[in-house]
Amino acid sequence: MLEIEIDGKKLTVPGGSTVMDAANSIGVHIPHFCYHKKLSIAANCRMCLVQVEKAPKPLPACATPVTDGMKVFTHSDQAVTAQKGVMEFLLINHPLDCPICDQGGECQLQDLAVGYGQSGSDYAEEKRVVANKDLGPLISTDMTRCIHCSRCVRFTEEIAGFQELGMANRGEFTEVMPFIGKTVNSEISGNVIDLCPVGALTSKPFRYTARTWELSRRKSVGAHDGLGSNLIVQVKNNKVMRVLPLENEAINECWLSDRDRYSYEALNSQERLTKPMIKQGGVWQEADWQTALEYVANGLKQVVAEHGKDSVAAVASANSTVEELFTLRKLMAGLGVEAVQAFARNADFSVKTQGAKWLGQSLEELSQNEAVLIVGSTVRKEQPLLAQRLRQAVKKGMALSLVNVHGDDLLTKLAGEVIVRPDQLLEGLLQVVKAVVELKSVAAPAGIDLANVVVSDAARAIANSFEGKAKAAVLLGNIAQTSARYAEIYAAAAALAALTGAKLGVPAVAANSVGAELIGADLGGNVFAAAKKAYVFVGVEPEFDAHNGSQALAAAKQAEMVVVMSAFQSCAMDYADVLLPISPFTETSGTFVNMEGKAQSFNGVVRPLGETRPAWKVFRVLGNVLGFNGFDYNSSEEIRDEALAGDTAARLNNTLTSAVAVSAKSAQGLVRLGEVPVYQGDAIVRRAPSLQATADAALATTVRLNAATIAKLGLVDGGKAIVKQGQGSAELTVKLDAGLLDDVVRVATSHPLTRDLGEMVGAVEVLKG
Amino acid sequence: MSTNNLTTHNLLSAESLAQIDREVAKYPADQARSAVMGALRIAQVEKRYLTNDMIEFIANYLGIAPMMAYEVATFYNMYDMKPVGKHKLTVCTNLPCALSGGYTTANYLKQKLGIDFNETTADGKFTLKEGECMGACGYAPVMLVNNHSMCNHMTPEAIDKKLAELE
Repeated sequence: MLEIEIDGKKLTVPGGSTVMDAANSIGVHIPHFCYHKKLSIAANCRMCLVQVEKAPKPLPACATPVTDGMKVFTHSDQAVTAQKGVMEFLLINHPLDCPICDQGGECQLQDLAVGYGQSGSDYAEEKRVVANKDLGPLISTDMTRCIHCSRCVRFTEEIAGFQELGMANRGEFTEVMPFIGKTVNSEISGNVIDLCPVGALTSKPFRYTARTWELSRRKSVGAHDGLGSNLIVQVKNNKVMRVLPLENEAINECWLSDRDRYSYEALNSQERLTKPMIKQGGVWQEADWQTALEYVANGLKQVVAEHGKDSVAAVASANSTVEELFTLRKLMAGLGVEAVQAFARNADFSVKTQGAKWLGQSLEELSQNEAVLIVGSTVRKEQPLLAQRLRQAVKKGMALSLVNVHGDDLLTKLAGEVIVRPDQLLEGLLQVVKAVVELKSVAAPAGIDLANVVVSDAARAIANSFEGKAKAAVLLGNIAQTSARYAEIYAAAAALAALTGAKLGVPAVAANSVGAELIGADLGGNVFAAAKKAYVFVGVEPEFDAHNGSQALAAAKQAEMVVVMSAFQSCAMDYADVLLPISPFTETSGTFVNMEGKAQSFNGVVRPLGETRPAWKVFRVLGNVLGFNGFDYNSSEEIRDEALAGDTAARLNNTLTSAVAVSAKSAQGLVRLGEVPVYQGDAIVRRAPSLQATADAALATTVRLNAATIAKLGLVDGGKAIVKQGQGSAELTVKLDAGLLDDVVRVATSHPLTRDLGEMVGAVEVLKG
Repeated sequence: MSTNNLTTHNLLSAESLAQIDREVAKYPADQARSAVMGALRIAQVEKRYLTNDMIEFIANYLGIAPMMAYEVATFYNMYDMKPVGKHKLTVCTNLPCALSGGYTTANYLKQKLGIDFNETTADGKFTLKEGECMGACGYAPVMLVNNHSMCNHMTPEAIDKKLAELE
């Protein structure tokens, strides 16, 4: 520990701290632009100059290490003169366009110019002008305003993992730009907007729509991935205008994925459903809530009476809140219906664990692992900030490895990577299990047949990366979770975890997957395998949110009665009998349980649009209309307290209840690799126009194959191909993906272009288009 | 780290790639980024100037982001981002040279060749560039021919002689 003095205040700080760290620890503010606690030190803005006793000139606080007995003055004459001088230089080329600048009111340069600048300048010459850059549909640029702090450049390199932005040229010709002709395509690119201390990088969808001081800031929780990022939702005139991250070091740190940041656009879309509607005689008519709810109550009661309680299923989005799923389940239980399924994207429902499946540790504990293996995951797109967290952990020495079905770059160093066909994910994992068994010279785990498994060098590298590591984890990604052989994969992963002393973790696919399991909204198996007589869809679009979209849509069309509760009109007009407008996460209070088992409650940030009602209130009324007991809730908090009563942490358990027999099989022929594209995951992101204009969204319209497969099938990179699966087909653009194995056909699921195709992984035909 | 859109065909000769491999070998295996200056220099020697495609090719070859290579290529003024003539003449106009006749040299060259800085003669023979300190102030004014050969005390007479040699 070193003793220093800042502005006369004595303090002790650990060795290796900078003057900036020391000042922050006692709440002394030193003005700065380029310094950011999560980024490397650049010391190029010079705004943080302070006086240090015995130093001949002012020193940058962000880059000056503390020495014992150091005396720092942040407001002395020398420091103030230096800060004023730097500010004058920074303002030389900065345009005086604050009145038309989106950053106005939340601009660090504006604030510091008031606090540390002068009213005039010695500079009377011309200011420089810099051409704007096209960074894609999410980030708007006004490069003349740039002060070259390089935060955005360091972010893309250090946090996002690939330096998409850079500082070209030099001296007064320096410009921040992407490589010629490229846009910024990172799945967490929006963070550069928050990082930019001036108005050079601003949000494109938000541009010119509101001023920061007109907006109220309300807390919420991200409703798309399993992380549960904390949000600040900014609201004006009862409309969501913008979403920003709320700093929470344990979850999203100070970052936010683009999906959480820009999905709000859908909340104000024309597609919103604002009134209950009933189809009568094939014609849609608006109805009042009373009529609609009585129609639903009578209809469901009648179907149960006529066809039995197994003829009805409720399918909910796993992005629904705890309160919604709990009241839905209670309502269905009242009708005698057991099937309440929030995991319609799964194919194998035979995995039975002793509790709700979860990450097996907190996110912070995950970062501290020395070795982590991820099985079957497009991590960057499934959980963008989890990928970021792992990337930082790898820099601190974590050995990260993958058993995967494609070679997508995680933009970090890997200790080993086994790439297999999508129908061979289990066999890939078994290679690692066998490599560990051989390395440790132990018997094969019970129930796992390793006889036919051939171990690759990559699998041995992964096995070695676990050797001697006290803290390790094995994670099952979305591709593993939706696999038709999930139970076997799960058992193999559990066995590997047991062999290596690692924790088994299941990163939740959706915002409330863990909550849904806690409540028991995972019953009924594949509710579309045999068509039911009646369906209740809560925030779900069967053609996009089921494992086999075409099967689910066909089942919905066959049903006698389909109740659709959604915030959007969607394509439910075809098969629904009644449409009930329910609130998206911004218009209701509720709770999400994230992948680490943490329940986060939030309030509605705006009033429900039109006659939209929170789903839990709809279920409450339905319960009362049907005359069930226990639906007299006064608030969502009462429901939450009942739903999550007791110690929920004790109900999280990834241990299998019974052994699963695991054996390797061989596979051949063309096979589909179907993933849910990053911006197709739920009804909200599917309707966010800016996200749909990104490069990631465009990628979802392609069929990706490796060069050998393209040649074998007589296709052309960039040409058209027709993909056939079951009864359906899709015409897509061919795109080369060197990371795939031979015969793997990578076609997105949950996408309008591929809705007629079948299950996520299965045999396909590909013809030249 | 590799990207999926690796340029499949080589933009450089086998000899140049072998030289780049030598540069890469000078640094630890995970620090190929350090070889970017050498690699760009080797590419420029072969192709006379650097195109964006070439910069991207080199970045991919080294396994770094294209922007990292572009930053370097645009920062240093000895990398040419536009076509240059057969002979590139770079005159130093930094202070010591300027005091010893650097501008006289430059002006003489401009008038003799009929071009300004950053321009190429109509016959494509000469390109004139303004250079930064070449570390030879004692021999001012200095001029660099084709980045690799340094000429001292470039008085008008010396220039005439040098240009005649280059014809």
